[in-house]
Amino acid sequence: MQRMRDMDRTSWQVAIQWAQVNLFSSWWSTALTLFGLLISYWIIHAVVDWAIIRAVFTGSDGSACRVPGAGACWPFITNKFKLFMYGRYPLDELWRVNLTYVLALAGLVPLMLPGVPGKLWLSIYMLVVFPIIAYFLLTGAEWLGLPIVTTDLWGGLLVTLVVACVGIAASFPIGIVLALARRSELPLIKWLAIIFIEFVRGVPLVTVLFFASVMLPLFLPENVTFDKLLRALIGVALFAAAYMAEVVRGGLQAIPRGQFEAADALGMSYPQKMGLIVLPQALKLVIPGIVNSFIALFKDTSLVLIIGLFDLLGIVKQAIQSDAKWFAPQTAATGYVFAAFVFWLFCFGMSRYSAWLETRLNSGQRH
Amino acid sequence: MRNWVAAGLALVMSYGQQMELAAAQTSTLDTVKSRGQLQCGVSTGLAGFGAPNDAGVWQGLDVDICRAVASAVLKDADKIKFVPLTAKERFTALQSGEIDLLSRNTTWTMSRDTAAGLNFTGINYYDGQGFMVKKTLDVVSAKELSGASICVQTGTTTELNLADYFRSNKMEYNPVVFEKLSEALGAYNAGRCDAFTTDVSQLYSIRLTLGNANDHIVLPEIISKEPLGPVVRQGDPQWANIVRWTLFAMINAEELGVTQSNVDQMKNSKNPAIRRLLGVEGEYGVAMGVDKDWAYHIIKLVGNYGESFDRNVGAGSPLGIARGQNALWRDGGLQYAPPIR
Amino acid sequence: MTRATKARADQRPSRSLTDYFYDPKSRGIMLQLTVAVILIWLIWSVVDNTIRNLEAQGIAAGFGFLRNTSGFDISQSLISYTSTDTHGRAFLVGLLNTLLVAVVGVVLATVIGFVIGIARLSQNWLVSTLAAVYIETIRNVPPLLMLFAVYFGVIKTLPRPRDSIEFPFATYLNLRGLYLPRPIWDEAIWFVLLAFVIGFIAAFWINRRAKKIQIETGVQPRVLFPVLGCVLGLPALAFVLAGFPVSFDVPQLGRFNLRGGFVISPEFIALVSGLTLYTAAFIAEIVRSGILSVPKGQREAASALGLRDGQVMRLIIIPQALRVIIPPLTNQYLNLTKNSSLAVAIGYPDLVSVFAGTVLNLTNQAVEVIIMTMAVYLSLSLLTSVFMNWFNARVALVER
Repeated sequence: MQRMRDMDRTSWQVAIQWAQVNLFSSWWSTALTLFGLLISYWIIHAVVDWAIIRAVFTGSDGSACRVPGAGACWPFITNKFKLFMYGRYPLDELWRVNLTYVLALAGLVPLMLPGVPGKLWLSIYMLVVFPIIAYFLLTGAEWLGLPIVTTDLWGGLLVTLVVACVGIAASFPIGIVLALARRSELPLIKWLAIIFIEFVRGVPLVTVLFFASVMLPLFLPENVTFDKLLRALIGVALFAAAYMAEVVRGGLQAIPRGQFEAADALGMSYPQKMGLIVLPQALKLVIPGIVNSFIALFKDTSLVLIIGLFDLLGIVKQAIQSDAKWFAPQTAATGYVFAAFVFWLFCFGMSRYSAWLETRLNSGQRH
Repeated sequence: MRNWVAAGLALVMSYGQQMELAAAQTSTLDTVKSRGQLQCGVSTGLAGFGAPNDAGVWQGLDVDICRAVASAVLKDADKIKFVPLTAKERFTALQSGEIDLLSRNTTWTMSRDTAAGLNFTGINYYDGQGFMVKKTLDVVSAKELSGASICVQTGTTTELNLADYFRSNKMEYNPVVFEKLSEALGAYNAGRCDAFTTDVSQLYSIRLTLGNANDHIVLPEIISKEPLGPVVRQGDPQWANIVRWTLFAMINAEELGVTQSNVDQMKNSKNPAIRRLLGVEGEYGVAMGVDKDWAYHIIKLVGNYGESFDRNVGAGSPLGIARGQNALWRDGGLQYAPPIR
Repeated sequence: MTRATKARADQRPSRSLTDYFYDPKSRGIMLQLTVAVILIWLIWSVVDNTIRNLEAQGIAAGFGFLRNTSGFDISQSLISYTSTDTHGRAFLVGLLNTLLVAVVGVVLATVIGFVIGIARLSQNWLVSTLAAVYIETIRNVPPLLMLFAVYFGVIKTLPRPRDSIEFPFATYLNLRGLYLPRPIWDEAIWFVLLAFVIGFIAAFWINRRAKKIQIETGVQPRVLFPVLGCVLGLPALAFVLAGFPVSFDVPQLGRFNLRGGFVISPEFIALVSGLTLYTAAFIAEIVRSGILSVPKGQREAASALGLRDGQVMRLIIIPQALRVIIPPLTNQYLNLTKNSSLAVAIGYPDLVSVFAGTVLNLTNQAVEVIIMTMAVYLSLSLLTSVFMNWFNARVALVER
């Protein structure tokens, strides 16, 4: 930070001095700087050339992008933007999705900012009220005059967010139960928790999704079928729960023994001890960990395309490979870059938040 | 007891909404009618055969089969829930009752028809596996491909045909197997492979996507038979008949010159074959559980086979595939439907 | 509560039902019993359903399919394999390919991760900024997209076979892969191997001896040359004495590709570099926080003792940082192994591609195939964990 502030007080001398200290302090450092400059130039040049200079910006089909030497095919994105964001959700009903987003933000933002009062009520809103509202808003309810929108019409960023959010929300209670079970003194409970957690953490999400999509139908009685999205959600939630359990366990371990013993001494029952004393402290500690799990899960949602669901990446891929109108050499690259950028935007934002929270927590402890 | 509790468990897991319990004995037709919706398994996205357009409406030759069946049974070509399925899931989805009909470029083979609990009801596209190579390679026959790298999409029969062909011709090759068509194609186009192999129908459509289509040629050898068609569950002959005769009705309509636009006038036609097809004479649909004007709705709402072909994969589409083997029998093709009488 | 428990409670009036309920021990047993009953019922119902469904659909159960002929080819195989081999052998091929990627990836990711982690802490502003940009970009993008980017980047950059980049020793690089001369060993190679083993043992002995001298006298003997002589010189001498027992199968240009030689496919290169670059970003962060966790005083004290910067890093900082680094590093190794299951997207024939892909498609035996695949990854994870725990315990011992 100090360095940056020095930069702001620009005068030539300060800048040169700064460069001497930070870029050319020794022969080795100078060599590294030159090497770094070379790499930076190379990358920036390639990106600008492809994304701006040679790129195609207008058009209503892929013909302009089929010109030899053309760079990014941006009209592919602008024309299909709604598809990538909402999937095939009926256009007249899009306000429902947007309203859901607004309601989510209204609850999340104050919840994520430390120092805003009413955390308890906000949590209840987010964990109980909001999911119910969101469920009826998104799927529809005849008695409210909202037409039913079946999940096969959902897609794009909407599915990515639904899978990630439902996954993390559902994994939260399961994860806490698993973490408590893993520290339980009852051998059967403890071992079941250990087996489940280690099993799930030991296999790739791809196989869990295969399991949910190919094997689950065989496990159910005849003629009982699940919605495909729901099957994926079950798989993702169980997968995330195992990771969540380990995060929560880390928090539980950080609580001093004295807290447990004091609660016991007061004659508290197990639920009282955990619910009133231990978990509130432990969960506060693991918020950054939870956000990090969420980032990991958010990225992993891109794998649901393997079982034929159309999350953001899935729907971009579908558009690339099945819309003959847009076939062009750079269409695929453009689509993937767009998807990568959206993923990056979300994950980077969350990781900044998590880092910020962590420094706040740490500084809080030092006082 | 067991089923009851399992159902309860499923109910808990699904918040009680998405689950569907249907008694095992009811026929597929009754299920579809009472639900008011056909659940149709389609491809996850294959241009011309099954893919959603810009507006999100599913279109394609395979999708038209779904629409035709919905028209015959429900008199509405849009009362369909499309379930996009990967190659892995498609049979499980049909067997577990998640879908009523699978129309997803599926090859009719003996083991599938007899051993996997499936029932093929016809052939809506005669296909075969072929090769595409770059013109600059100067290859004119697949027999010259010894030593080549070949890009292939992992599929049920494509990889096997490839292995069989090269083994029986005592040639070497190096397969590069991708899960998705887009990657397999991207790798071929970048020069990773000398040849790309899949069903010929797709080769022609794919060629268009490669910038300059004239830089690539499709080799004359067809190394396999790939009859593609709609599939239903085994053990429900009534439903199988409906799907089979839906396709036959579309083919017969083309043969008789009945199209989407002239179907209303054709009702007054003097030709007895047309009158029987459109339900003006006789009650042929009733015997299989639908109304007598079932075929009228198919043609009115979806069109005849030729129209569907033209619109989705033929001259009227970006793919521009020639009718070839899929022409009517009287035009030298293989499409031949038994008469309605 | 059921009537039976009530009845039992009546027989012993000294303990009422509520006593049982509040007694932690009996409550624990009851809880566990309930869980056990639910679990057993759940498993039974799943197994029962599955068997019924499989029967109804006429799908054969069991592992017999592993002995059937596979009928498809695989592009890369560490063991001999053709389309006339069995599904079981195809499984082995996929497994070995997965292992290969995991091992190579783990080694490379560790090296690159350490370099970038240290670069992140560099005094040089540009270097540390570039490292930060790298870490923050890569960490926040799904690995699947990363693999696409690397793969198509690799094959679009490399030249076609006819314009191969030539390296010394008949090595060629083009978009069909890296072609190396394949050594063909003569019988006499065992002589060289023997020399290598002897040299290795001798080097080990010299090292121990040197350490002993250092402990006894404080003098650090120079062992580099004797050790190198034993490990490299001895086998080299044997190699010459045995009359160069090796010939090479050199790649040559065929009609389409280079023929012969040993090929490393671009899919393998892309998969390994994609996974490596992705995982390295995480490892870099781990390394950075590990190094920062070593108190400043340690560095200052080491400098005060006259150690050079490199020595401070190698002898003082890294050994202490490793204790913080290893547990999360283990997780990254596991993640890399698991992420290698994305190989199918870019055409590398790993376990998921060959077995849970092609074999599953061909045989329709989803239950067996998925269970076997999961079991493989599970065992890999457990083995890695066990090894890293052992290594961790060794490193932690230094603490005393």
